[in-house]
Amino acid sequence: MLKQIEGSRAVAEAVAMCRPQVICAYPITPQTHIVEALSAMVKKDELAAEFLNVESEFAAMSVAIGASAAGARAYTATASQGLLYMSEAVWNAAGLGLPIVMTVANRAIGAPINIWNDHSDAMSQRDAGWLQLYAETSQEALDLHIQAFRIAEELSVPVMVCMDGFLLTHASERADVPEQAQVDAFLPRYEPRQVLDPAAPVSIGAMVGPEAFTEVRYLAYERMRQALGVITETAADFRAQFGRDSGGLVRPYLAEDADIVVVALGSTLGTLKDAVDELRGGGMKIGVLGITSFRPFPADAVREALPGRRVVVLERALAPGAGGIVTADVRAALNQPQDIATVIAGLGGRAITRKSLRAMLTAAAAGELGPLTFLDLDTALVDRELVRMRAARRSGPSAENLLRDLGITASRIG
Amino acid sequence: MFQVRFHGRGGQGVVTAAELLASAAFREDRHAQAFPSFGSERMGAPVMSFCRIDDQPIRTHEPVTEPDALIIQDPTLLHQAELFQGLGRDGYMLVNSARGFAELGLGEFADGFHRDRLLVVPASSLAMTHLGRPLPGAALLGGFAALTWAVSLDSVLAAINERFTGPVAAGNAAAARAAFDFVRDERKALTIEEARADA
Repeated sequence: MLKQIEGSRAVAEAVAMCRPQVICAYPITPQTHIVEALSAMVKKDELAAEFLNVESEFAAMSVAIGASAAGARAYTATASQGLLYMSEAVWNAAGLGLPIVMTVANRAIGAPINIWNDHSDAMSQRDAGWLQLYAETSQEALDLHIQAFRIAEELSVPVMVCMDGFLLTHASERADVPEQAQVDAFLPRYEPRQVLDPAAPVSIGAMVGPEAFTEVRYLAYERMRQALGVITETAADFRAQFGRDSGGLVRPYLAEDADIVVVALGSTLGTLKDAVDELRGGGMKIGVLGITSFRPFPADAVREALPGRRVVVLERALAPGAGGIVTADVRAALNQPQDIATVIAGLGGRAITRKSLRAMLTAAAAGELGPLTFLDLDTALVDRELVRMRAARRSGPSAENLLRDLGITASRIG
Repeated sequence: MFQVRFHGRGGQGVVTAAELLASAAFREDRHAQAFPSFGSERMGAPVMSFCRIDDQPIRTHEPVTEPDALIIQDPTLLHQAELFQGLGRDGYMLVNSARGFAELGLGEFADGFHRDRLLVVPASSLAMTHLGRPLPGAALLGGFAALTWAVSLDSVLAAINERFTGPVAAGNAAAARAAFDFVRDERKALTIEEARADA
């Protein structure tokens, strides 16, 4: 049914239709609306699930691990510092091979404290062994959750569905919310590969020494390779069942004949496509490659989409001391040396505007884009602080110095 | 695409108003997108929200920087210069106030726009009368419908009734209707005035 619906609400309705048996959550902006909505459904008996209000994110993931090991379909959601706080358990969930589904409402990581969107949180768990699927729209966020449970349970690995905090979680958009019967037909009952069952006791989580640790890790690697196929098949089945394209590994847009292809993840893709349409009107051959599955990284699909083209990777996170995080994977996926530029954009909620994208892409087409660019960087502001740091040993805290330069004592609201 | 920016203060229902407008447009089978200015909302702090309406699917996720219309829920924000940023000369503005633009110190500013596109409506007092609380959002949307015809009053009322129930729905709907009538009459008066001036 078509609805005008907040992204968080759409996700909550999708998760509810997946019939999770255990939902554990600790509130953190901008994820809160999702679990709030789910808790209300449980309270009103619309959803038959155990809802656990836990005391921290570490507990949230630990409860999800326990529930999943006991054979329950388990779900949680978090963001930012919350994801970091549960990090040890995040790795455990993957190491144990438990098919937990978690929404990450992407948000920056402090310090400085910042509640706004970027991808630093999910990227920090890049190698934890979870699948990471990135949603472009509220509709896709909704759809990806339905696919995520099926993918997770098919492979017995946990899946993170990443959706841009505020930009998608707090936006009201049109979404087609499926019927319960459709979801039931798509998502079979959870049949765990391993389960704590008093009738057939096993232990899960044993210590493994050098004799088999590499092999356990190899199997995790192998499952991720299998995931590439399962993600593709699941998206195809989803299309057959629900009649729309959602999920999959990558999504090219006008990339076939493009001289330059921009690689990006998440909600930026929409703004980017608008900018590309505009520039194509002016005769510039630019295309887009959306990466839906960041983990596993679909190296073959990326390579196929980018032969011989100049590549711009638009990143909403930064690896200090290295540069672009997605860029490294894109570069590794390509057989031949190609011209790749990294553009860091939208950190801590800075808007990625069509105007800035247009200017950046025009520069790229003219061959004027350097290997690493910070979109809309206020260089004068940075330079003032660099001068201060050179002038005096005790130059003070940089973040506060910058705010003072801008004439504000705290971050602007609105 | 028709783009609207709402300015108000935390607690005034700025985000709800944008969502109601999106919901009204959705009822007319149009694509709509509403979102807040992504801040930590606090009671009384200046907040913004945005709404886009189009016949095509809306792909962009950038803030509205060149609005076709502004809805100002709190006139105490009017001294902020950036409030009007990006509003074109053909733009619309609806201000929640019982006082006219001259009294608000915006006479000269308003002269730069189409006279019948910049209006005030006493939305808070209409809300007090009909809802019993000074929450101007629904009333302003009623007024907005009469000002721009971007959505119909019926769609606004339907969106209100979907969102609220009981006396809150009825009060908001009555305030929206009253504001619609107020703005419609104001525009009519302005048109007659202009016709006379032309003659």
